[in-house]
Amino acid sequence: MASDIKAQVSRAKREDKIATGILMAIVAFIFILLAALIVYIIASGAQKAFDPSFLTGKPEQFKEGGGIGPELFNSFYLLVLTMIISVPLSLGAAIYLVEYAPGNRVTHIIKTVIEVLSSLPSIVVGLFGFLLFVIYFGWGFSIISGAFALTIFNIPLLVRVIQQALESVPTTQRDAGLALGLTRWETTIHILLPTAMPAIITGIILSAGRVFGEAAALIYTAGQSAPMLDFTCLDFSSPTCPWNIFRPAETLAVHIWKINSEGVVPDLAAISNGTAAVLMICVLLFNLIARFVGKRVGKKLVAE
Amino acid sequence: MMQITERDTRGAAVEAEMREPVLATHDVGVRYDETKVALSGVNLEFAAGEVTSLIGPSGCGKSTFLRCLNLMNREIPHCHIDGEIVYDGHNINTPDENLYELRQSIGMVFQIPNPFRKSIRDNITFAPRCHGIKDKKRLDEIVETSLVKAALWDEVKDKLDKSAYALSGGQRQRLCIARTLAMNPKVVLMDEPCSALDPIATFSIEDTIGQIAGEGISVIIVTHNIEQAARISDKTAYFLLGEVVEWGDTDAVFSDPKDKRTQDYLTGRFG
Repeated sequence: MASDIKAQVSRAKREDKIATGILMAIVAFIFILLAALIVYIIASGAQKAFDPSFLTGKPEQFKEGGGIGPELFNSFYLLVLTMIISVPLSLGAAIYLVEYAPGNRVTHIIKTVIEVLSSLPSIVVGLFGFLLFVIYFGWGFSIISGAFALTIFNIPLLVRVIQQALESVPTTQRDAGLALGLTRWETTIHILLPTAMPAIITGIILSAGRVFGEAAALIYTAGQSAPMLDFTCLDFSSPTCPWNIFRPAETLAVHIWKINSEGVVPDLAAISNGTAAVLMICVLLFNLIARFVGKRVGKKLVAE
Repeated sequence: MMQITERDTRGAAVEAEMREPVLATHDVGVRYDETKVALSGVNLEFAAGEVTSLIGPSGCGKSTFLRCLNLMNREIPHCHIDGEIVYDGHNINTPDENLYELRQSIGMVFQIPNPFRKSIRDNITFAPRCHGIKDKKRLDEIVETSLVKAALWDEVKDKLDKSAYALSGGQRQRLCIARTLAMNPKVVLMDEPCSALDPIATFSIEDTIGQIAGEGISVIIVTHNIEQAARISDKTAYFLLGEVVEWGDTDAVFSDPKDKRTQDYLTGRFG
């Protein structure tokens, strides 16, 4: 009997070791793959990416030495606009779904639709945006068309993130608010949202990284041309005014796509690598900021 | 034994106002999805300054009943409350009852201490501020009086702006009681308030319960702990399978139960 148990224990121990080994190998493989990719992209574009004249320069069509100034600005401007539109919408939808919606068929269908939308290919979103915003609404290839296309692309993900953040707040917190005679709205705004805020902020910043790097949804909406911007121009209808939301605006990701598919500049590879490195660094920064801000906000809200 | 004597002297002091019930239920029942009956035919009365224990095995409907009294069951989808709940002279189980006012005067403390993720001060002032009290001095007063009533003031008076999550489990629960008392309730409902706490914290909560009953508040407490019911309550109701089997003065229920099923439960033969 005793030797039986001994044999069983040693077998269990061996199995545990093997399983741990396999899992570690898988993680190591994934880590090395991703790290190599990041290092390669940044290393091959580093020379351009840290060159101020490249970061602020005017893109060239035919000769060497073009920069990505307008593209860099467009990427951030588009990101900010997209977030201004999509965050309030997603917040409202998520709050309704988690706190107010009755648990019936309709709610279930809405949740399923949001899940399906979140896996919609972005090129489909882009073509839909092209039909609706560019042609039907007549906004042309413009920042506002791009921002709405990105909003459609971003909302499902954002709604899910916020939904999960709200759902992870213990029910006892809701009960506490309601039992003190507060309305559902007061409970949601003053108790649930602050508690869920670190997770919501992390989710928003991570989704910002995704939006920032999106190309397919923008090719047919925000367009593929980047007129040089004049930051002293305050005429909001001028195509060179940076703030004009009806001007076409190529972003970093679209620039990479365009330059590789139809570029004729001699230093094509260098520009493409440099742009990719800039994009990569921005997305990495978003991730780091997300962690930092999430933690800080979390600490602040629990008054520690 | 000591607790019982204490209770008796306090009981005598509020004897006069004990007659008129502040809260009474007539034939109260709860159904889920219209058909599943969780509770039926409950007729109980609760007087000011009196502690009533609701005891019984798990799933017997005592918590469900408690959550009827401040209409918290309305928050659960497909849950339907039948019967009359008379508070302050009128039936509150009507569609046009103002839940927000009602829940200020019938407070509730939950099983797991659930302070808000805010400072100790904000935990108490939050609801009064939502209900329109803005005066800083007045709010400070509320903080002090409710913490004193909940027997927590001495322990936290120097760290009111610290997070409520820096407190121990028992302190958190007393903070939740203080938060409820800040609304000046007439009735406080407690849903197994000590089941997540250690014995020492439990005794401090029991002391607090005695104190707030002494203030003339009617305390209704659900408990799994029969000894606790015997220690702290003036009246006891025994729930079984969604009905009240026995209800009366705690001493009478414990020393001379009328119903065989109560006797079985109290002697540990069942439950």
